[in-house]
Amino acid sequence: MDADKPVMVPPVAGKPASWTLRVRQAITRGLPMDHFLPDRQPYYVGSWVYVFGVVTLAALAWVIVSGVALSFMGPQWWHDSSVGRFFNSLHFWSVQLFFIFMVLHLWGQYFMAGWRHGRAATWMIGVVIFGISILTAFTGYLSQQNFDAQFIALNAKDAMNGSGVGAFFNVLNFGQMYGLHVMLLPIGVTFLVVVHVVMIRMRGVVKPIDTEGVAR
Amino acid sequence: MDSPASYFHWGFILISMPNLLVIAGMIVLFATALIVPFPHGKEGADGRR
Repeated sequence: MDADKPVMVPPVAGKPASWTLRVRQAITRGLPMDHFLPDRQPYYVGSWVYVFGVVTLAALAWVIVSGVALSFMGPQWWHDSSVGRFFNSLHFWSVQLFFIFMVLHLWGQYFMAGWRHGRAATWMIGVVIFGISILTAFTGYLSQQNFDAQFIALNAKDAMNGSGVGAFFNVLNFGQMYGLHVMLLPIGVTFLVVVHVVMIRMRGVVKPIDTEGVAR
Repeated sequence: MDSPASYFHWGFILISMPNLLVIAGMIVLFATALIVPFPHGKEGADGRR
């Protein structure tokens, strides 16, 4: 008999009562698997301009990997040992590549008006990622544990106080800057990058302007 | 490496040479990406590659 089989509740017509079913149906509608992991792209995607975003993601992966190693081993390691200095440099240069290719990606999306046809939120999330990344890089300079970090903090404090944020964003407070740099801001960047990529997967790459006459 | 960077000064524009070189390199890379042809795979029946 079928006594060992689980008893399933029969589906009910109309809006499902189960929230898990509603979420699953919404995901299936909005992000089918052939959109999530496509094996083919439209012809117009065949340009090196579309590679800039992927290189930015690759640089971010190296930033995270090297950053995890640095935070685990600590400042003495990244200043005094040769392997630590290598990881310190890896972190620094992958951040340089991250910013360079993020800006090249921004230029590409700006000139192809990547916000068209319901992609405004994708564009705006990219803008927010850019802003948080700058803040993350700034707190990174303050977290180096060297004279450069002290010099930058002492000079930046007046700008922060002058802009009115000094009361809750104290660049002389190393613990606060380090916590922001290794925890809250990277989580923000990584989370928004995942949302950004999923939104691109949902809607696909924007069509070139000349395929539709005048851009909307 | 320990000496201060030299600066490019033209009218109201004042920028260090390292920053100027990075920006110039980015512009060259962007233009190259537009010009250099991208290797295409075989076209499918739906016109996608």
